[in-house]
Amino acid sequence: MNIVVCVKQVPDTATERKLRSDDKTLDRDAADGVVNELDEYAVEEALRLKEAHGGEVTVLSMGPAKATETIRKALAMGADKAVHLSDDALRGSDALSTSYALAETLKKIGFDLVILGSESTDARTGVLAAMLAERLGTPQLTLANKVEVDGSAIAIQRVTDYGYDKVEASLPAVVSVVEKINEPRYPSFKGIMAAKKKPVETLAIGDAEISADQVGLASAWSEVVDFAAAPPRAAGTVVKDEGDGGVKAAEFLASKKFV
Amino acid sequence: MSEILVLVEHADGDVKKVTLELLTLARSLGEPSAVWAGPGYTDAAKAKLAEYGAGKIYVAESEEIADYVVAPKAELLAKLVSEASPAAVLVAATAEGKEIAGRLAIKTDSGVITDAVGLGEGFVADQSIFGGGVNVRSRVTKGTPIVAVRPNSTAPVAEPGAGAEEKVEIALSDAARGAKVVERVKQERGARPELTEAAIVVSGGRGVGSGENFSIIEKLADSLGAAVGASRAATDAGWYPHQFQVGQTGKTVSPQLYVAAGISGAIQHRAGMQTSKTIVVINKDSEAPIFEIADFGVVGDLFQVVPQLTEEIEKRK
Repeated sequence: MNIVVCVKQVPDTATERKLRSDDKTLDRDAADGVVNELDEYAVEEALRLKEAHGGEVTVLSMGPAKATETIRKALAMGADKAVHLSDDALRGSDALSTSYALAETLKKIGFDLVILGSESTDARTGVLAAMLAERLGTPQLTLANKVEVDGSAIAIQRVTDYGYDKVEASLPAVVSVVEKINEPRYPSFKGIMAAKKKPVETLAIGDAEISADQVGLASAWSEVVDFAAAPPRAAGTVVKDEGDGGVKAAEFLASKKFV
Repeated sequence: MSEILVLVEHADGDVKKVTLELLTLARSLGEPSAVWAGPGYTDAAKAKLAEYGAGKIYVAESEEIADYVVAPKAELLAKLVSEASPAAVLVAATAEGKEIAGRLAIKTDSGVITDAVGLGEGFVADQSIFGGGVNVRSRVTKGTPIVAVRPNSTAPVAEPGAGAEEKVEIALSDAARGAKVVERVKQERGARPELTEAAIVVSGGRGVGSGENFSIIEKLADSLGAAVGASRAATDAGWYPHQFQVGQTGKTVSPQLYVAAGISGAIQHRAGMQTSKTIVVINKDSEAPIFEIADFGVVGDLFQVVPQLTEEIEKRK
């Protein structure tokens, strides 16, 4: 089975994240880049499926040159090879452009199964997997907390508000995973060393036959009008419990008409 | 007035509260038309949608719409966008709502904005990003604006509309029939409201200490008619099911009132609740960062404070 797992480098949530004042895009230099957390679950699931069914795991990442750190981490976990889609023309791409660029690349490199984290910690749109399924014309198996493959049949549990749906489809398909699906492995020392020798193919947009007029900030389908740091919340009242903390909290709730 | 499509969220034939909020919001920007997708349409649903201002109700009751994941609803909306040329399409910013919005955006060659917490003239949307640290105003620049709006962004206000029904037949494409739902498994816990659309959420974290102890969080929630949430520390420890996790890798909530008990308030948690209107905190550590965003905080042992609060609320009812 040819599994492609999409990973994204995101600014570390623990550092201060900013938008650039000039073009209102994410300031990627302001914060440390890390692997999007949910993508680690996607990599782990890809590796488990490969271990159970055989095949190959390819990492696909779209991002600037520094995203190679993220690609190496996925390779160190055990993926076989990587494709790095990197081109200045892609900077500022929105979800529509990103899904277009990734879909074109996926068509070029081929796949039986595409796996992604269900959302990124920076943009948090949660739309990319659905958009890829739409663009590729393949089944959408998203928000999975369990994935089972049997030959060309695939079944997932899709997390819903009331529990989950059991969903069935045929490969090729697009899967997105939620956090509780597995426990991502830590790269071993051996894995980290091996990752340095694994092939990483870097593609520019022309290599993947991506049209320049469909990607990048100038072609985006939406725009940031303006932005500002959120004003700090007005300081609240904090009391120390002297045996009546619950009563005081109830009085506060009553003053706000919640009780 | 220009027409605005509002995709109806419904369960067991009932219209969900978020849809009433979206109709209210749409009324301030144009004339809302509700779009009912899937089986279960009832007279009561029709009356509810009309009560909150739906001028038209497009009804597509085909069983097939619910039988496959997301794609049929996007096809239905795309058909209506092409036939009715609405000024905008609003969906609830639930996990599924956003996926529908994403597919619809591609089908209609339109921009999409997710997790709006407000929507104004010109369909300029307010968003709160980076864990609540930055407020952004954004807008769609191509096609029909598609906006996924977070539950609890507006208070629903009734104002009757004509509620004229229009039946819609849709022939799904093969591509929309790719992922078949073969079983729905309900794992509901009690009769509590749904976490993402609840007006009040009571959450417990590491300080709760065990799964059994979550009963005191549940009792407080029940006294307030609230949903129960949990921090990642609590769900990772297995004290509460993952689907109730509030935070960056879990659910984002924006209720009128958020009560955090035994939660320190790491950025990952705040990212999921910072837009709550009123925040009440109970934590024994006065240095816990969650106090920085509290409207009212009690520094104390949650095992003393929470039961006392519950008892006091019951007394005042």
